Amino acid sequence: MENKRRSFLKFAGVSVLGLGSLSLLDGLTSDDVIASSGQASAEATYKKTSKALTAERWGMVIDTKKLSGRICHKMEKACHEAHNVPHHENKKHEIKWIWETHYKHVFPNKTDEFLVERLKELPIPVLCNHCENPACVQACPTQATFQRKDGIVLMDFHRCIGCRFCMAACPYGSRSFNFRDPREAIKHENKEFPTRMKGVVEKCNFCAERLAVGKQPACVEASKGALIFGDLADPQSEVRQLLKENYAIRRKQNLGSNPSVYYLV
Amino acid sequence: MLEKALKGSKAYWIWVFALLGIIAVGFGFYLKQLDFGLGITGMNRDVTWGFYIAQFTFLVGVAASAVMLVIPYYLHNYKAFGKITIMGEFLAISAVIMCILFIIADLGQPMRLLNVLLYPTPHSMLFWDMIVLSGYLVINLVVGWNVLDAERNSVPPAQWIKPLIYLSVPWAISIHTVTAFLYCGLPGRGFWLTAVLAPRFLASAFAAGPAFLIILCLLVRKVTTFDPGKEQIQSLAKVVIYGSCANMFFFLCEVFVAMYSQIPEHMDHLQYLFFGLHGHGILVPWMWTAMILIVSGIVLLLIPAARKNESVLAVACVFTFVGIWIDKGMGMVAGGFVPNPLHEVNEYLPTFPEVMIGIAVYATGFLILTMLYKVFVGVKEEVAA
Repeated sequence: MENKRRSFLKFAGVSVLGLGSLSLLDGLTSDDVIASSGQASAEATYKKTSKALTAERWGMVIDTKKLSGRICHKMEKACHEAHNVPHHENKKHEIKWIWETHYKHVFPNKTDEFLVERLKELPIPVLCNHCENPACVQACPTQATFQRKDGIVLMDFHRCIGCRFCMAACPYGSRSFNFRDPREAIKHENKEFPTRMKGVVEKCNFCAERLAVGKQPACVEASKGALIFGDLADPQSEVRQLLKENYAIRRKQNLGSNPSVYYLV
Repeated sequence: MLEKALKGSKAYWIWVFALLGIIAVGFGFYLKQLDFGLGITGMNRDVTWGFYIAQFTFLVGVAASAVMLVIPYYLHNYKAFGKITIMGEFLAISAVIMCILFIIADLGQPMRLLNVLLYPTPHSMLFWDMIVLSGYLVINLVVGWNVLDAERNSVPPAQWIKPLIYLSVPWAISIHTVTAFLYCGLPGRGFWLTAVLAPRFLASAFAAGPAFLIILCLLVRKVTTFDPGKEQIQSLAKVVIYGSCANMFFFLCEVFVAMYSQIPEHMDHLQYLFFGLHGHGILVPWMWTAMILIVSGIVLLLIPAARKNESVLAVACVFTFVGIWIDKGMGMVAGGFVPNPLHEVNEYLPTFPEVMIGIAVYATGFLILTMLYKVFVGVKEEVAA
């Protein structure tokens, strides 16, 4: 009797080990397939038309000289309405994709006592930087957040397990978590874009869904020329022309994440 | 052997049902969290990890500390620890299970947990954490159970168990190292961005884990006929001193680097934790309490006369355990998130439901530990009889 039980325990132990390593091997071999199928499904969501805007590496230039509180507010509204971003009264549960803040918060390591007067109180928008080397993508344990070939960092809301590792990894605080059901807090739902559920992370997607149908990002459209969007890999693009002629800075350049959002100051 | 956990005195069953009661209450709160979302906790957009992940981190250390019994016994042939090594391994089992439960409690979409297996992602440290933790659980279950079973039958443990025991040594180090890597590899979090984080995690674990084990030994001696032994307890006490001193040394290294270099990204978090930042300092009294407890624990343990008095030793161990628990379980995680990447200060304290869910996870761990120790003591009594 005792013997049987013991051999069963041994058998059970060995089987558990065996099963564990089996699924691991399985997973590793199919890794690439899964990663690409994840991207495929996300791109399929935004059906590309012949009008689709494409680029090798999407990027944005923010011209602070053209910014004002009114423009920032408009951009935020346009983005949050287009993407069904909920408005929670409780600040702790806040979701934001693009929002305005001040120079000292945008560039906390470039603050200066004698900062040029114009920048001190100027509202400046912040959003996901769609880094070329994104820490969030590296941290995500399920590839729910991933980088497209054109540089856009996207979220698969259906795969996200809500561990918030990406939020700890992001050096810009660009990500939000649905601490509660977002659907109750959406005033006007945009049927063209999915709503999210509680327990998943979300952030700016550089309007991948609008680019797919030939439209500029919602914030760019609302910015009255303050935001310029284009292909960083194309020397002829407007963004590259602007960067050639103006001194631009990026947030926390020293970290090596290589943001795709430039600020003209 | 498991049947031994099903026979016990009245006091045993009162304890078991009390734990079950706590688990039930906590589970009620967890259902509420499932329904509403993680918004019932104190976590927010800036402090996105809190009590749950901090407890997870602390308990990985407790689990890893079993190695402080395995090394002397199996590698240095220190026979005295043979009597209690299984206690360390069983503590590790319950600690790892609590770790897993805390991770699940922290997930926004726990039903999707298996996505981690479905889409294995080797560049994510969380993937490796899952592998090392589940591996460590299996190793300790197999080793602890088989060695105890051999003892029961008065035969030496099977030969095939030896390689597993040796494997458990680096594996124990790996679980806490990978846990530290969750934090110290993140580019924008100056508080954690230090190579000394993993060594410090291990040092504090080797203080808190054995300190807890000493308390358990004293309890086991009190409520059962099995005596873990005076010598064993004294040897464990020495492990606690070394661990606790190494932990403080690493901490002071961290403080020196941050404060002497005066790089704001590294300094601000320490400033927030110990003195407050921009008028915010919820954790200040906690952090100083932790420091006082840890240092008093070291002082008490360093004085031979005090250490050899088991009542004083018990107090020193409680000080050490609670001190490290506050430092790692409250300061370490929240401190890394304040100030946030935009240098704004938004503070965090756990809410009542959050703490209740946490207590229920601890109750689950204690229940498993109680039953495992019941089996362990039962076998010891049987062999002695």
